[in-house]
Amino acid sequence: MRDALEKVKGKGAASRATPRARKKGASPAVRASVPILPVRFADWFARRGWRPRDHQLALLEQSRARRSTLLIAPTGAGKTMAGFLPSLISISDAPRRRAGEAGSGLHTLYISPLKALAEDIARNLIAPVSEMDLKVRIETRSGDTSTARRARQRTKPPHILLTTPEQVALMLSSADAGYIFGNLDTIILDELHALAPSKRGDLLALGLARLNTLAPNLMTLGLSATVARPSELRSYLVPQTAPESLREMSDLVVAAGGADPAIEILEIEEPVPWGGHSARYAMAEIYRAISRHRTTLVFVNTRMQAEMVFQELWTLNEAALPIALHHGSLDKARRLKVEAAMASGALRAIVATSTLDLGIDWGDVDLVVNVGAPKGASRLAQRIGRANHRLDEPSAALLVPANRFEVLECRAALEAAKAGEQDTVISRSGALDVLAQHVLGTACAGPFHAHELYDEVRTATPYATLTRARFDRVVEFVSTGGYALKSYERFARLRPKDDGRLRLAHPSLIRQYRMNAGTIVEAPMIKVRLVGRRRAGKTGRPDAQRPLMGGRVLGEVEEYFVEQLSPGMTFVFAGEILRFEGLADTEAYVTRAPGADAMIPSYAGGKFPLSTHLAKRVRAMLADSTQWSDLPTPVADWLRLQRDASALPGVDDLLIETFPRRGRHFLIAYPFEGRLAHQTLGMLLTRRLERAGARPLGFVANDYGLAVWGLGDLSARIADGSLDLADLFAEDMLGDDLEAWLAESSLMRRTFRTVAVIAGLVERRFPGREKSGRQVTISTDLIYDVLRRHDPGHILLEAAWEDTATGLLDIARLGQFLARIRGRIRHQALERVSPLAVPVLLEIGVEPVARLTREDLLRDAAAELIAEATANAGTHET
Amino acid sequence: MRNATQLLELKPERLDVGEFGRQPLSVSGLAFLADVSGALYWPAEEALIVADLHLEKGSAFAARGLMLPPYDTSATLERLAATLDAYNAETVICLGDSFHDNGADGRMCAEDRETLAILQEDREWIWISGNHDTAIPECFGGHVLPELTVSGLTFRHEPAQGRVTHEIAGHLHPAARVSFHGHVIRRPCFVGNGNRLVLPAFGTYAGGLNVLDDAFAPLFGSDGLSVLVLGQEGLYPIAPRLLKED
Repeated sequence: MRDALEKVKGKGAASRATPRARKKGASPAVRASVPILPVRFADWFARRGWRPRDHQLALLEQSRARRSTLLIAPTGAGKTMAGFLPSLISISDAPRRRAGEAGSGLHTLYISPLKALAEDIARNLIAPVSEMDLKVRIETRSGDTSTARRARQRTKPPHILLTTPEQVALMLSSADAGYIFGNLDTIILDELHALAPSKRGDLLALGLARLNTLAPNLMTLGLSATVARPSELRSYLVPQTAPESLREMSDLVVAAGGADPAIEILEIEEPVPWGGHSARYAMAEIYRAISRHRTTLVFVNTRMQAEMVFQELWTLNEAALPIALHHGSLDKARRLKVEAAMASGALRAIVATSTLDLGIDWGDVDLVVNVGAPKGASRLAQRIGRANHRLDEPSAALLVPANRFEVLECRAALEAAKAGEQDTVISRSGALDVLAQHVLGTACAGPFHAHELYDEVRTATPYATLTRARFDRVVEFVSTGGYALKSYERFARLRPKDDGRLRLAHPSLIRQYRMNAGTIVEAPMIKVRLVGRRRAGKTGRPDAQRPLMGGRVLGEVEEYFVEQLSPGMTFVFAGEILRFEGLADTEAYVTRAPGADAMIPSYAGGKFPLSTHLAKRVRAMLADSTQWSDLPTPVADWLRLQRDASALPGVDDLLIETFPRRGRHFLIAYPFEGRLAHQTLGMLLTRRLERAGARPLGFVANDYGLAVWGLGDLSARIADGSLDLADLFAEDMLGDDLEAWLAESSLMRRTFRTVAVIAGLVERRFPGREKSGRQVTISTDLIYDVLRRHDPGHILLEAAWEDTATGLLDIARLGQFLARIRGRIRHQALERVSPLAVPVLLEIGVEPVARLTREDLLRDAAAELIAEATANAGTHET
Repeated sequence: MRNATQLLELKPERLDVGEFGRQPLSVSGLAFLADVSGALYWPAEEALIVADLHLEKGSAFAARGLMLPPYDTSATLERLAATLDAYNAETVICLGDSFHDNGADGRMCAEDRETLAILQEDREWIWISGNHDTAIPECFGGHVLPELTVSGLTFRHEPAQGRVTHEIAGHLHPAARVSFHGHVIRRPCFVGNGNRLVLPAFGTYAGGLNVLDDAFAPLFGSDGLSVLVLGQEGLYPIAPRLLKED
């Protein structure tokens, strides 16, 4: 192994001096003089033997100047303390006030993406507050907070309230929002990089706009990990008062990172596999690394990988090191147990997915292992930041590529880190369903003028460019559904008052809003319950009739995953090999099935697409053979073989290979645009090939390329000109073809369901109510079909389309790709499969091949019954 | 398998799409055609039977603050008209819950009323009342009956409890969840055992209840049940072992 010292801290860390705050932006206040902490605070720091960090003091200066500010700091830099210090000082300085008096009420609102994080932070604040004997009341608020406590928080608000975006929306929808928030002084937004670019971020942005109206003197402090374009987050923090012109931005404070991390790519004698994502070949090496370090975090990209890596490590775990597993599907109690064990230093290693990317502090981690490619430079930086919270010691990280392409990708990520590149937070235009929810919530708080609300909404960065026409359509939707057929006027939910303001038509709508608020619409989840093993008992009943005895819940998995299982199939979950016994109500019953032959299911959830700039680096690396000498020998050999047998994808070209294999004809394309974009491309290419009579049968995609196969001889048809590749990859595929495919796809139906729930078209389903609710609630699929047919221009279809195009299909990226490769397609007609194509073809059978339409499925299933019925006709008596 | 062959006179050579559009089936010895629309045609009586139209369900939701698209009634009537045209039926039997509630009268728009009146012209029209439409006003025409017996077969809204035969009913909105080669699809279906039959709900917003739900077990007992699943283009007999619970 080679040591490589890399920087990941961005340009700001170029000077490798001692930690030191740097600041860009308008306020000249910060610079030289260290602001004086109040004695009580200075003493407290001194008693603990601590010195306030420069960025903590910088933020204090900022808040004294009443400047909204974004603080960018690596994990463990005391970000949270920096955020709260100004409020703690300001509250303890202020004279005591009685409730209702001017200046009383909520002083600081802290908003985090995770309920658990808010509670964790509240606990951490208690120590300094009690040690300094500050008269500061701190409370949290979440869905679990008791009604009594919530009511008290409204009449007698604490000084500091820690909560989530959903709770803020709910509080704003109450008639006394003006009283609660009227004296609000400071808002602290934690983990802003994770929150802002999402629908929850849209909801929060609208809430901020409202809060700025209620408390015009408000100051916002944003806390974020390193991002490439802080300007997106800086503008999020402040009201956009002049949307037509330049964006308003908050100030920026960047905490200097500590020592640069030491990142290595694992290189061992064992050759890197051609394909797959298991990294099984490297497990012994990972285990050795764990045993050599104090505490190791092993990050993986999917839950399935987490399960697998955990299994593999335990088979090797001769020393019985305490190694634990942590991912989002595990039961909460188990997760908390693991977190507690980690915090107390009882664990030597923890295998985790992105659930640990955010959040809570983790004791003394001195090594981070990233299995699989990191997919983006920021994620890599974030994960590595988990190691070593003492800023002046370097973090150690080990990248473990799972296959040959990932070797290239890991290297690209390393180089990107060296060059200080960061992934960009994609600026988003605010979702319309979230806006609809906000409009109803606003009406719940009291009557409003549409034009005033429009002006307010546009101060929220995601909605800065919202047109009045669109806004009015959303309001119309909230009121009557916004249909072309105006038949619900008399049921309108919003009615004009004499003064032109819109008011809620009926108070029962408040309850409806409160039941449905929020933007998180989970895929239906099924509990996994471990039940007693079936043994031949005294009763002598056959196995199938013995009742299964209920045991504990191991966690939850997505419904679609359980649908694939039939009783008797084995899978790995919660670190154990389990046998699926059957479904009972909403639970999957499983038994323990020790043994090495678990059928590990394909688990699509949680895969990250390759970020754009890494893809570009990988292409450049492939094209430049002088760089190959740095690669592991098998990988370099693989590329040389490819160059001789076919060609290499150029930096800006698109390489397409066609070849026959086992009676099928294959087309392989290497766009390097990420799995999402490739899947979309595969779907569209298949349709086009079908129309061209090339009889495609299926396709498969990974992060680097895609393969389409079928019965038609593609090489021959390209040669004789009856199939034109430029036409096949023409940009117009994003028009009608896309539309036609999407209309039928279940993807669009799923998106529509989410949109319909968030927008309040249908009621949210709650566990428990589900069973009885089935005939009362209405399937959004039915609504979708009706809307497409009778009101295709409806605003919710528009909203669903926008969501699908950005989130699920990567249409924008695909569009840029198609434009980039126009006239740059390079075709190789080959005799046989090329070396570069092997990893893509290995995905066949791992990824479900999406070809079957709903109708095909039913027809095939029926044909099977008919075949069986015929075969059995002679043996069954009637 | 035995039940499937009993219910559906299967002809293995018939595997074309077109052939799936209508499926012959028998109930207590009488011959019917199941239609892909979810309607049942009785050739001997030239009668078309539909269940659970739930007209004006959208507006019923709108009245309590959920603004579902207002097109369900016209869409349901449109499909009913197309099916009536295809069979040229003399008689129409609606198996109850034809209206989502007793207030549908006050909410249905003039165009839909007119469509309904046109459909009823020159036809015998029978509304069997259901639990949603206990009182069907005269303005909707037709004969309103609690149930109807013809040629020994009883047509009623809610299937009688226990193991009766000679019955055609609605009410339950049967749907099947089919799992095949790792794909899952949930669709409305006919469900029966050769002696009694439950029709899928015909209404655009009607939704479905899984045939493996406890509500179906008492009707068919341990004899098992057979399903004909509605696709877009055809009706498909599906083996019970491919059916899944929700």
